[in-house]
Amino acid sequence: MKLTEIIENSGEWLKGDGPHRNIVVSSRVRLARNLRSKPFPGWAKKAERIEVLKIVKSAVEQLPEMEDAYTENLEALSPLEKQVLVERHLISREHAAKGVGSGVVMNVNQSLSFMINEEDHLRMQAICCGLQLDKVFSMINQADSELEPMLDFAFHPQLGYLTACPSNVGTGMRASAMLHLPGLVMSDQMNKIINSVNKIGLAVRGLHGEGTEAMGNLFQVSNQTTLGEAEEEIISRLNDVIEKIIEHECNARQLLLQKKPVTLLDQIGRAYGVLSYAHSISSKEALNLLSVIKLGTDLNLFPDENRILVDELFIETQPAHLQKGAHVQKMSADERDTLRASLIRAKLLVVPKPDVAKIATQPLGTTENDE
Amino acid sequence: MQCDVCQQKEATVFLTQIVGGKMQKVNLCEACSKDKGVNDPTGFALADLLSGMGAAQEIEKNPASQRCPVCGFTQADFKKTGRLGCSTCYEVFAEGLEGMIRNMHKGPEHVGKAPVAYLRSRQIDQKIKTLQSSLQEAVAAEQYEKAADLRDQIRRIEAGLEA
Ligand SMILES: [Zn+2]
Ligand SMILES: [Zn+2]
Repeated sequence: MKLTEIIENSGEWLKGDGPHRNIVVSSRVRLARNLRSKPFPGWAKKAERIEVLKIVKSAVEQLPEMEDAYTENLEALSPLEKQVLVERHLISREHAAKGVGSGVVMNVNQSLSFMINEEDHLRMQAICCGLQLDKVFSMINQADSELEPMLDFAFHPQLGYLTACPSNVGTGMRASAMLHLPGLVMSDQMNKIINSVNKIGLAVRGLHGEGTEAMGNLFQVSNQTTLGEAEEEIISRLNDVIEKIIEHECNARQLLLQKKPVTLLDQIGRAYGVLSYAHSISSKEALNLLSVIKLGTDLNLFPDENRILVDELFIETQPAHLQKGAHVQKMSADERDTLRASLIRAKLLVVPKPDVAKIATQPLGTTENDE
Repeated sequence: MQCDVCQQKEATVFLTQIVGGKMQKVNLCEACSKDKGVNDPTGFALADLLSGMGAAQEIEKNPASQRCPVCGFTQADFKKTGRLGCSTCYEVFAEGLEGMIRNMHKGPEHVGKAPVAYLRSRQIDQKIKTLQSSLQEAVAAEQYEKAADLRDQIRRIEAGLEA
């Protein structure tokens, strides 16, 4: 299949459904693997990288789940195409910087992607919508098991799977969930949450500028270590923590509704107003306001059928997505801000203004927990 | 303030991350923050960057002249990049890596998935070891018929491995 098909359609993780979908944007598991006694990509010579690419790529292409996959050497991609894949979370920023000797293979619905010769010979990830860490782990674990007879993975009796960086040895696994936590941010509780979560060796992070504000109120929770704990344990610990954070987020939203309904409605109304009428908007401002619209959708102020449209805007307003839509390779920041504003204005035409009468008394459509 | 990554340019992006109860502050210049995907809260790069930092010192326990026979890597290279050269480097620099890996992780030993081929060969190794010790016991007890039987079993397993 062709890259244009990937680019034209947003991935299943964005459009799909999954548990706690309102708060958990996506779940991801990445495994790092290397071939025995072959120099790691950062140390290998060009010819060695090309050889490894050939071996690994042909094995990945043979996987039944990768039938009809999109597969390409990185030098064949334009900088803009690479950037689109980065914004989709299908390849890493580091990988996008690679050229000859590196490659990428991904399936049609963009739930599985394989980066060849990134920092390790193979980094493979599965990504799904909502809180489904068990599912994404089993998807990528299966792919790994299928690759095992074809590729001689470097494995050490004590250190497990060996990786270019010692911080990834053992399982070679990084599991993470992207969480949308406007309630906790608005009620100034994010620091407290981060502190309590990290005590058990997991990391929560967003972009900390001044204060605790993260762009678009998006945070990532992930495991920090990879050795000394089995994959299932890591994931189950992560799951427990995420469930707790979801609970706190729900409580925070509930409290905001009760104690500061005017502030909340004001913010949602202003976000809708600015996004509907702005003619120039930066990526940061757009993300932060879209986050408020997303919260408004969770609170029933906007129709649920517009949910995916709003979620897609988080990605579509990113620089490379804007440019590929406009079919230009280069664009100034000002031009992008103008284009971003007009794209958002056009999309929001179908979203009716916030309907205050419909405001949810229970802030979430997800099932209430039995506490 | 200097950038923690390139240690050349002026840092303009200041990050705080809490890992395992400890607050880590990282100062980055504009270029490095872009490079490391800092503006993308969903990237893995930052987590990797933070856990890899400070890794470079420990490996110095190995003699400076030591070189990986497979890939030619030295500890000076590790200091520069914070990454190893190939899987064999883990054997070559084992001594220097040990403490660092222990500090970095939850436990010193892998307890998760292992390749089926590895598990199978470990199982066979153990079986051969058990048979060999029974063989020695049989010889010591002058049970030659039993000993011959055990020796045949071991040979069959070893032949099966080669096949
Ligand atoms: Zn720098
Ligand atoms: Zn080596």
